[in-house]
This record gives sequence, C-alpha cells and structure tokens, in this order.
Amino acid sequence: MTGVIVSAFPAIELSIALPLVALLTAILIGGKLAPRLILAVGPLMMALTGIVAWQVAEGDPTRVELGGWEAPLGIALFADGLSSSFLLLTAIIMSAVGIVAMAGFDARDGETSRSYSFWALFYGMWAALNGVFLGADFFNLYVAIELLTITAVGMVALGGTRAAIRYLLFALAGSLAYLTGVVLLYAEAGTLDMSLLAANEGDASVRLVAGGLMTAGLLAKTALFPLHAWLPPAHGGAPAPASAMLSALVVKASFFIIVRLWFDVMPEAAGPVLVQLIGILGGTAILYGSLLALRQARLKMIIAYSTVAQLGYLFLIFPLSGGIAGEMPWAAGAWSGGMFHALAHGLAKAAAFLAAGLIIEALGHDRIDDMKGIARAMPVTVFAFGIAAISLMGLPPSGGFMAKYLMLTAALAGGHVVIALVMMAGGLLAAAYLFRPVNRAFSGSDIPEVAYVAYWRQWVPLILALLAMLLGVVSAGPYEFIQIGRAVTAEVGIE
Amino acid sequence: MNAAMPILLLLCPLIPALVIFFLREENDRLRTVINLGSALVKLLLIAWTLEGVARGVEFEYRLEFVPGLYLLLRVDALSLLFITLSSFLWLITTIYAIAYFRGSENLSRFFGFFNLCVFATTGIALSGSLITFFLFYELLTLSTWPLVVHKGDDKSIAAGRTYLIYTMAGSAALLLGIVWLEGMTGPIEFAGEPELDELSRLSLTVIFALCIGGLGVKGAMFPFHGWLPQAMAAPAPVSALLHAVAVVKAGAFGIVRFIYDVYGIDRVAELSLGLPLAIVASFTIIYGSLRALQQTDIKRRLAFSTVSQVSYIALGASLAGPFATIGGLVHLVHQGLMKITLFFAAGALAERRGITSIDQMEGAGRHMPLTMLAFSIGALGMIGIPPVAGFVTKWYLGVGSLQGGYTWVLIVLAGSSLLNAAYFLPLLYRAWFMEPAARPAGEAPGEGPAGLILPAVVTALASLAVGLFAGFALSPLGWATLIVEEQYTP
Repeated sequence: MTGVIVSAFPAIELSIALPLVALLTAILIGGKLAPRLILAVGPLMMALTGIVAWQVAEGDPTRVELGGWEAPLGIALFADGLSSSFLLLTAIIMSAVGIVAMAGFDARDGETSRSYSFWALFYGMWAALNGVFLGADFFNLYVAIELLTITAVGMVALGGTRAAIRYLLFALAGSLAYLTGVVLLYAEAGTLDMSLLAANEGDASVRLVAGGLMTAGLLAKTALFPLHAWLPPAHGGAPAPASAMLSALVVKASFFIIVRLWFDVMPEAAGPVLVQLIGILGGTAILYGSLLALRQARLKMIIAYSTVAQLGYLFLIFPLSGGIAGEMPWAAGAWSGGMFHALAHGLAKAAAFLAAGLIIEALGHDRIDDMKGIARAMPVTVFAFGIAAISLMGLPPSGGFMAKYLMLTAALAGGHVVIALVMMAGGLLAAAYLFRPVNRAFSGSDIPEVAYVAYWRQWVPLILALLAMLLGVVSAGPYEFIQIGRAVTAEVGIE
Repeated sequence: MNAAMPILLLLCPLIPALVIFFLREENDRLRTVINLGSALVKLLLIAWTLEGVARGVEFEYRLEFVPGLYLLLRVDALSLLFITLSSFLWLITTIYAIAYFRGSENLSRFFGFFNLCVFATTGIALSGSLITFFLFYELLTLSTWPLVVHKGDDKSIAAGRTYLIYTMAGSAALLLGIVWLEGMTGPIEFAGEPELDELSRLSLTVIFALCIGGLGVKGAMFPFHGWLPQAMAAPAPVSALLHAVAVVKAGAFGIVRFIYDVYGIDRVAELSLGLPLAIVASFTIIYGSLRALQQTDIKRRLAFSTVSQVSYIALGASLAGPFATIGGLVHLVHQGLMKITLFFAAGALAERRGITSIDQMEGAGRHMPLTMLAFSIGALGMIGIPPVAGFVTKWYLGVGSLQGGYTWVLIVLAGSSLLNAAYFLPLLYRAWFMEPAARPAGEAPGEGPAGLILPAVVTALASLAVGLFAGFALSPLGWATLIVEEQYTP
C-alpha cells in the first residue's frame, strides 16, 4: 500500500519545484531567516531525491510529461539510475554547503547584499542542477544550463568581478555553440527529445556536426583543457562554499549532458576522430592541471587546479569505452569508472573546498607557507581534508580509487597503455600537490592561535569526505544503481 | 561465526583507533585500557582461529565491490603466521609506547594512527585477493606517515616526505602490475589458480618486476631502501612498528604471497624469475650489512641491519625448494622478534642514558644489565649463533640453497654472518667489557620503568624460545613447515 503511494508521489517534479519555491521564499523573507531555510529544505530535498532513487530502483527509468503534454510538444522529465545518483549527490552536497554557509552568509551584523544574494543564487543553482539532471530534451537542458550559468557567475562575482566576467565570456560563447548545435539537430531530426532522437538514427554526418558543436559549447562550461582558463580564478576566488558547489557540481552538469548526448542519444554518430580528440584533451588536462597545481602557493588555488586535472579523467571514458558504440566487454567498466569518478570527485572536492574555507575563517588567509601546525589547532578539518585528498589521489579505500581501478583495468585490457600511464602519473602528481598543504599542517610542535570556528561546522566536510570514502567500500550498490536504464547494460562488470 | 571472525579480527584494532582519535588528550588511563584491552582480545581471537584452522575450518568473508570484484578476507596458514606475529608484537609495542611517551603530547593522535596501522596490517594478512591486499597495503602507507612525522621537527618532516615519495612510487608500480594482470585475467584470488596462460612471457616478466619492485620498496630491498634509515628520525616505538610489526614485514609478506599464491613457485621457476630476485636479495643482504658497519649511530646501524635481514625472506621465497622456503617464511617471525628487541633496547638506552652512538656504549651493561642482556640476545641471534632464532633461519636457508644447487648462496650467508658479527660484537664488547667513561656520580639514572625494559626482555626470551623449541608443531618453524607442505603437496 505504501509502495503504491510512494511510486505515485510526484517526487521528480517536486525536486525541481522545491528549490524554486525556496528561491522565491529566500528573496521574500531575506534577513535573518533566509539562511535558516536550509534546515528545512536540505532534509526535504534529501527525502525527495531519495524517493526518486527508490522509484527508479523499483520501476526502471521513470519519465513524466509535465501537464500531460507528450513530447515533442510538452516538457518531459526523465530519471534513470545515473540521473538520480546525481540528484542525490546534489542534495547531499548542497545541504552540506548550505549548513556551512549559514554562519558565513548570515545577517547577524545587518543584512548585506552579499548575504541576501547568496541564498537566492544558491537555490536557483540547486533548481538548475536538478533541471539538468532530469531534462529529457535538449532545449530544456539549454534553459536549465543557462540558469545554472547565471547563478554560477553570480556566485563567482561574490568573490570578485574580474573572474566572474571572464567566466561569463567563456560561458556565453559556450552557450552560443551549444545552441547552434541544437538548432542543427532540430533541423535534421525535427525533435529535440532524447528518446525520440535515440529511436531513429538520422543523418550521421549532420548529427556529428551538431553534436560536435554542442559538445564544444559544453566543454567550455566544463572547463576541459584548453577551455579551462576561467576556472582557477573563478573557483579559487569565489567564497569557499560557492567554490565547493562550482567545482563539485556545476562543472559536472555540462559533463552530464555530454554523456547523455554521446552515450545515450547518438552512440553511433561519434567518429573515431572525435573520440580520440576528447581523450587527448582529457589526458592533457590531467597532466597540465596537476603540474600547475604543484606551483600554487594558496590552498584554494591548488584545489581549483586540481579540478582542472580531475575533470580530465571524466573524458577518458570516451577512448576507454573503445569507441562509444563498440561492444567491448570492458566498455561498461570504463563508463562506470567515469561515473564513479564524477560522484566521488564531487563529494571529495566539496569536502576539500569546505575544509579550506574553514581554515581561511580560522587563519584569515590560505597561504600554504603560513599554515604551519594548523593540524593541531583544527584536527577535524585537516583530517577531513586529508581523507578528501585520499579520494582525489585515487588511493584506496575510496570512491576515487574504485573509479581509477575500473578505468585502469579498461585501459590496460583495451591496450591503451598511454592512457594508463597518464592516469598513474596523474595520481602521483595529485599526491604531490595535495601532500604539500597536509605536510605543512603537521609540521612544528606548537599550537597556533586561530580564530574560533564552531566545532560542529568542522564536521560537515568530514562527513562529505567519509562519504567519498564509503563509496569505495560499499560500491556494489551504487555500481548497480547507475546502470539502471543504460542502453548497453554492464552486468558483466569488469570480468 | 566463520564469516564474522575476519571482521572481528579487523575490528579489534579499528574500533580503538576510532575511539582514541576522539579521546581527550589528558584521558591517559582510558586510552591505556582501550589499547591494551583490544590487543589482548585480539590475541584471544587469534588463538581461537589458530585452533579452528588447525581443525580445517574455513574462515572467509566476502563483500562485493562491483560485479565480480570482491573484498575478500580469508584466514589461511600463511596469514595466521603474519597476524600472530604482528598481534603479539602489537601488544608488546603498545606497552612499550605507553611507557616511552609518558607525559608527552598529541598521544590520542599517535595511538589513533598506531591502531590504524595495526588495522591495515591485519587486513594485509587476511587479504584473500589482490585488490583487497592493495587496499590495505595503501592504507598502511597512509596511516604510517603521521607516525613518522609525529615529532614535527624538520628531520621528521623530511623523513616523512622521503617515506611517502618512495612508498607512493612503489604503490603506483604495484597497482599498475595488478591492474595489468587483472585486466587480462579478471580479478585474482589467492586461493584460486589464476589463469595466467593468456599472457605472454614478456608481459608476465614485466608484471612480476612491477609488483615485486613495488613491494620491494616497503620491504626495503636495494635500491629502494633509502627511506628506512631516514625514518629513524621517528620515535622508538614507531621504529619498532616500521621494522618489525608492520611496514617492512608487509612488503616481505607481499612478496611471499605474490610468488606463492599469484604466480606459483612453478611458474616463477619456469619463467626463470627466481634467480634474478635471489641475486637482488643476496646483494641487498651484503650491501645492508656493509652499510651497517659504516654507521656510528646505533639506530642507523640497526636500520641498515634490517635492510639486510628482511631480504632473507625474499631470498628464501625466490630460491624455491621446500627448505629455503621454510627458512624465508620463518624469518618473517624470527627477524621481527629479534629486531624489535634491539629497537626496544636501543630506545631505552637513548631515553634513560642518552646513548645514541656506539662510542657512548662503554659500560652500558653495568648500568642497564637487563636491557643490555636483551640487546645481546637479539644481536647474537642476528649473527646466527645457536640456539637463538636467527640460527634456525640460516640453517634452513643454507640447506635449501644446497638443495637447489645454489652453492653461491652459502657464501652470501656466511659473508653476511661474518659482517653481522663485525657490526654487533664491538657493541657488545663495549657495553660489557669496557670501563664506563668517568661521570659525576648520581647524574645518570639506572634502569628505567618496567614498561620500557620488560618488553625487550620478553621479546628477547621469545626469540630464544622459538629457536630452542623450533621442533614443536606450533613453533614458527613448525607452522612454516605446514605452510610449505601445503604449497608442495597440492
């Protein structure tokens, strides 16, 4: 009985509507109450996305047509294993960020434009993210990703306008390319609905061009090398809670659309050139981002460049799947490894940025050279950063390791020795650049004087980091869950 | 119960680790109770398991990571050998560490990570598949680092950095080897017979080199031993942990596992990979001894001695043939007992009388007779004088090398014993027979608290006992013989 009620519950619609309601409420009430909104919205969103996941697990992929209008006329929302994993990830990370930001963006000393606009942008971003993960046609995705870009640029502007403008330029150029691609696709197929597009093959060469344009636009928003130049100043300069959302979730949204486009909608259209090109860019991003991260003097800049590097891994799934349409036995492992990487990186990166934010609150700066002994003053925070670092380096036991293991196995099984070596090098470089701040934090023997940071806030990044670790231990459930609704099922695993 | 036992064995050190992290610094008594209590409980569990394994009970626990890939914990004779050693020494080292650190700071952090190390070591011993082994192996790397840099001074920080550079590079090589192998064959479990025939000889050779090389870093095999002497900057209980309980042993244990249970002795022989490994191990044995001879600092001399001694284990595994194999395996235990005795004693000398270098040893035997007695037993055992444990090892290795037709190994063994004598006997001579340098009376304290002295005495007696009673079935030698019989009689 309860089962029927739960499966009929409009959780998918509500998971977009609730953040929008919260956005309006935050604008209306403002002041002291707006920050506390997260205490209600956070648990509600976790419950809602939990129900979506339950519905997906029970009844395969779930599709709803808003207002009963069917595609191609109406707006359709679609949830499968992958999208509900990202919904859940978003709910967890946004709740964590919101709780930490409650003390940073409050109106204790009078309302500021900073504290006022943060919460509006925050809920707008949440709605946009869920819109991307649930969108079932490419025009709705365009709308969602534009809303996402606007809120993200606004967040960056809280830290500094120069970085925000640079981000805006990249993002607008990306939007233009994406929209052109969408138009081409519509002219060819007469629809933008994903399932309708997937059902007929259409003209492969037109689709390749359209897909290429859309991908190029999305790559600019994901900041894949060489379109990454905006990311480090934007993510390194924004307030730490904002950086956490930007690095952990926002860049993943455009990546998510790329995966949908090539793996689900038109797997046969991707030519070997495109696959190789994306793979090479991904590999270069890993090495380039890591090397630059090594040279940074500030903690947040290290984490930002680490994002440039880590995003590279995601795109290695293109060559590793052995050509997207290829039926290689290890293709499933590569794809799943990539998705694990996206999820684990989201949790770990959010934890790292939140921890860095707390260190900044305590010390007033994030210069690594002046962080001596911070591990003794803030053990929980440094511990959280350390655990997040383990996942980012791809060391066991962590979701990052499981991702790396799956992708490495696919690489060596498919004969991609170069990719395997790049991934190994990326892991060692990550160890090197993340080790520097930890090493500094442990050195010395006295306890430095720092500003007070509430103990319970230090636990938030630790919980996120532990979740990233947990993903690598109880990975069987998530692994099977993200396969739900996949065209090419991955039941054979890596055997 | 049979699936729960490996989990219980893992929880014994894990729970105290998690609890102790959050204990207040001044909560000394509770921390001590948790530390010792869990170590004792673990020994009881091991006794239970030993009895079960002897009766033929299978202890196994599986958790699926992704389809086909398991976290597999399994108790077999080899894992019991390692886990018994490490748990016994864990208890002793904890007692020693509590006495050693009395009144110093950051102890909750120290004992938290200390227990985490033991957790990782237990996991390594219980691993039933390559992926599980790697998981705990890396966890060991990470949880040891905070212990190495515990003091926080420049020397420890530098030692920690060196340690991580070596071990991370080693792990990367190991991971590459594992993934390459499993990419071709699917996940590998130690109990099964991996189907390696699909791989070419070249691939198999390269994978072997990657894995053994990677494991050799923790096993301090030449040329990857550089981190070990530098890590002497850490406090004495950490040295004991590095040299006897966990790290170096994990490397050696990994090499044994890989040769026996992944490739199998026959395949290693067929690919003629044993001889190169034997040569590297022999070279390390001689090289480590020569370097030890050059050191004037006691702890550094002991560190190079470890470099030399641990390679006996790899040597035994690489020579093939039952006797050499037994010699190598039993040395896993023997070296642990003897070396930890030496480190405990050296730590006590440094703490109580400030003796760190060899020319300060004059008359130490008179002031600290029990400590020096333990030290002497350990040193004589290292040289290979019967009836101390080291003799048993060398005997079996020697017989094994003759059986396998490797006469030159005898020369290595003899040379190494001579060198051991050359760097240990002068120490003993100074301590027992030379007059102490004149010092104002009442300046130097005598033999310290029981917690600092008794652990060394206990392990010294243990290394005597395992040599004297080597003939018993439950002695390390008897157990190693059992393991090797399983290997050679399928």
